[in-house]
Amino acid sequence: MSPPRASDATPSVGNEHLARLLTMVPYLLAHQGIPVDRAAVDLGVTTTELVRDLALLFVCGTPGHLPDDLIEAEWDSGYVHLSNADPLGRPLRLDIDEAAALLVGLRILAELAGPDDREAVNRVSAKLESATAQAARDAGDRVAIALESDPEVLATARDAIEADRVVHLQYYVPTRDEVTERDVDPLRLLVVDGRTYLEAWCHRAEAVRLFRLDRVESLTVTDRPFDPGTSRLPERDLSENLYHAGPDDTEVTLLLEPGAAWVAEYYPSTERSEQADGGLLVRLRTADPAWVVRLVLSLAGQARVLGPVELVAEVREQARAAAARYGPAVGPGSTGSAPGVRPYV
Amino acid sequence: MSRAKTERQLNLVIALIATRRPLTREQIKTAVPQYGQCPTDEAYGRMFERDKEELRELGIPLVTSSIDPLFDDEPGYRIDREAYAQPEIRLTSDETAVLALAARVWTQASLAGPASRGLLKLRASSADPRDDRTWAVEPRLRTPDPAFVLAWQAVRDRRPIRFAYRKAGSEHESPRYVDPWGIVSSHGNWYLVGHDHDRGAPRVFRLSRIVGQVRADGGPGTVTSGPDGDLRSLVDAAAHIDLDSSVTARVRIRPGSALPLRRRATQDTAAGEVIEIPYTDEARLARDLAGYGTAVLVEEPMSLRTAVLALLMTAAAEHARAGSG
Repeated sequence: MSPPRASDATPSVGNEHLARLLTMVPYLLAHQGIPVDRAAVDLGVTTTELVRDLALLFVCGTPGHLPDDLIEAEWDSGYVHLSNADPLGRPLRLDIDEAAALLVGLRILAELAGPDDREAVNRVSAKLESATAQAARDAGDRVAIALESDPEVLATARDAIEADRVVHLQYYVPTRDEVTERDVDPLRLLVVDGRTYLEAWCHRAEAVRLFRLDRVESLTVTDRPFDPGTSRLPERDLSENLYHAGPDDTEVTLLLEPGAAWVAEYYPSTERSEQADGGLLVRLRTADPAWVVRLVLSLAGQARVLGPVELVAEVREQARAAAARYGPAVGPGSTGSAPGVRPYV
Repeated sequence: MSRAKTERQLNLVIALIATRRPLTREQIKTAVPQYGQCPTDEAYGRMFERDKEELRELGIPLVTSSIDPLFDDEPGYRIDREAYAQPEIRLTSDETAVLALAARVWTQASLAGPASRGLLKLRASSADPRDDRTWAVEPRLRTPDPAFVLAWQAVRDRRPIRFAYRKAGSEHESPRYVDPWGIVSSHGNWYLVGHDHDRGAPRVFRLSRIVGQVRADGGPGTVTSGPDGDLRSLVDAAAHIDLDSSVTARVRIRPGSALPLRRRATQDTAAGEVIEIPYTDEARLARDLAGYGTAVLVEEPMSLRTAVLALLMTAAAEHARAGSG
């Protein structure tokens, strides 16, 4: 699946192309001599599209349409020069979607940024709000984003990234229900839908890994520096689950009762089919099926592993061993003290 | 998209901005070459009406007024320059970088287009950001739910909506009629918060559980009420977060295990091996605990012990034979 396109929320209204040109002109007037490819990146178009747009501007102008009335556009040199376009010199007022999207983004940054940046964020918010209609500010206020990160862990991680220091993590791995120890070079904090991930070079795995901050039991900044490199990290494709399926993954088959049907929505499944009795058969792939064991134990009576056989056996053994800890009176072999429990087959 | 149309409309915009006095229909026909090329005056009239409509859809303030105060039969048109232009904001290089980062929050979400266009408009009067600025924190939102766009528009425009909703654990959907107050992103999901007309009370809806279309039922600005508290707390309350729990479970935990449970504990005793967890919903906690298998053992209360054990024995029975029931 491709990432969601940078498309508009509003169904296409008006002439989008015209809207683009009206935004482009003030930008180019303020950036005389900008390289064509640079302008294309900033404007979010290809260089071909940009050149076509410039050619169109070139034949437009004020009434009369004599050469002196037309917009002057020059780009053959590889640099864009635009003039005689004063009537379009200022951008069209931000609409509600534009203003609200930026205000919501700034609000999130204000919660996440370090002290220095936060000051800049607040300055920008104040400037934007002073130049925005009340309706847009109100609409922005009707979008709330709950951030889950522990502010202290977040601040420590942020400082470590800014100082380029190696970090020692005690990291909880829920699939195995254990805490692991590792050293990482912290690169970036990715906050996706309010959930925070530390993107870091893991010394143990020798690869870039994502660590969920709410699973970090402790985070210690060491005094060892690392070389962060100079290039910006690439934009991560968030259209799929952040943990990608690999070729060596195990295929697990689950049978879900309606009460556990959310599992099919929550975990990316490769196949799903409704059964005659209302159940849902789901196949999914995972690198480490240990979490499936934990899932079906917590969903007993609602979700069941049908395959592979080894995993079925593992659920059975785990369940029996855990039940046995409650003592012989109610342990395996007994069907008595837990009401509603089916006997062993 | 027609290039000729864009060229014509651009000429129209330039003519109507450049003029100080309103232009008559006839003057506009002369001012915009493409109108002059229309085969008939009716064809020009239809084209001009459509173009006016499309300019207004983009938010361009097209003003109609009479040309001569003594004879009001001939309307004139112009664009109100002040209303058209974005009030100038001058951002420093650092501030532009911050705004660009704020716009990138939506890069992979529905408002990506508006966010980047808004940024571009403001960059026309601002200093450029430095190229080498990197950020320690990069927030992103995602809007995978098909209902997001229409929910946002209803919230933005304060319009009541109708939609079909399937509650968690339910197989059937039911029709809802809601005054939307806001949308909230929480724990990786988007929620719509509003007043449910049929239930006469505030309700929280997960956007992913909205089935099919969201239809507006009422004009913009119809919704005048708002939430009692802030939006996030309404979503938290709906999520059964155990805020005022009265019962406490004592649970023995294998060292190094079950970190999420430890986070909920009020008290760590015996070097972290026994923790106390406050709760209200026993069935829910029992399921959480059963998931940890041999890593946890409930000491008390007895009812919770029994519930966890029942789940474990059910799981053992259901997996007694490979692939069987």
